[in-house]
Amino acid sequence: MHELSVTESLLKIALQHAEKANAKRVTDLHIVMGDLATMVDDSIQFYWDIIAKKTIAEGARLHFRRVPAELQCMTCFEKYSPKRDELICPQCGGVGAKIIAGEEFALESIDVD
Amino acid sequence: MPQNIPIVENILNANDRLAEENFTRIESAGVFSINLMASPGAGKTSLIEQTLPLLKDKLRVAVIDGDIATSIDADRAAKAGAQAAIQINTGGDCHLDAVMLRGALEKLEMDQFDLLIVENVGNLVCPASFKLGTHKSILIASVPEGDDKPYKYPGMYRGVDALVINKIDLLPYVPFRMDYFERGVQVLNPNVKTFPLSCRTGEGLDVWVEWLIQSVMRNP
Repeated sequence: MHELSVTESLLKIALQHAEKANAKRVTDLHIVMGDLATMVDDSIQFYWDIIAKKTIAEGARLHFRRVPAELQCMTCFEKYSPKRDELICPQCGGVGAKIIAGEEFALESIDVD
Repeated sequence: MPQNIPIVENILNANDRLAEENFTRIESAGVFSINLMASPGAGKTSLIEQTLPLLKDKLRVAVIDGDIATSIDADRAAKAGAQAAIQINTGGDCHLDAVMLRGALEKLEMDQFDLLIVENVGNLVCPASFKLGTHKSILIASVPEGDDKPYKYPGMYRGVDALVINKIDLLPYVPFRMDYFERGVQVLNPNVKTFPLSCRTGEGLDVWVEWLIQSVMRNP
């Protein structure tokens, strides 16, 4: 549900940059989204189709680059991908891992005409 | 001509910047602030209600309450002894964000208070993504919700500074494995401070209140 406010920010950032480049139309948005970012891409797409109407980004395609979660154990420094309901280090059983990837949520670039 | 414009901008940047402004505003008034988050029914308002009388004559407290509708929570906070209680109605939004908090802060004379309690909208997902600019983020878990919540809502559990475990008086009656729950919390957030308590019986409230008072005292 928080995807609505997030999609509004997305549109704002895209339009700002398009305007700066004197673009007539925004055709594509390239978004990076980590698996830990708690955002639903279908939901962003749904809101996008509504709020981008009557802007120069109307109809633009959204491309999501997913980044899998990666943790690093702070005890043995093993890097691993967490399992569904166990986040402990598979090598030493340590807790308190640092997240090294998977929290990204950014607009990487836009394609404009 | 078609061209690609590189941006690499965090989509929540605008919110984060406003959260920093909120923090500066709160901090410069010498107020200590907390963002209380939890699922609906975990006991956010109850904790505020039980905490305020114990802070009476010790701290001047302002409460900002976020809800989709009604001013029920702010009314309860005012009745329990908050020096100021402001309701934010999000009108459907599932979380508070920095813009909403800024609006509410403008209604408060900040230097009249020692402690600001922000009660977020009941939700275990969305509030975790939106910084508000408070000193500490606090999650209230409650025993009847089940012991699997840290595993199912890692985003919320890993981002908080303190964890209140409410309704411990119900432990004998519900299947809640404290060790399983704590292991889930430990993995995500090994240094988090926990306060097991019961808003109904009052057990454990003294430790929580002492921590709040100490936090306010340490805040310059």
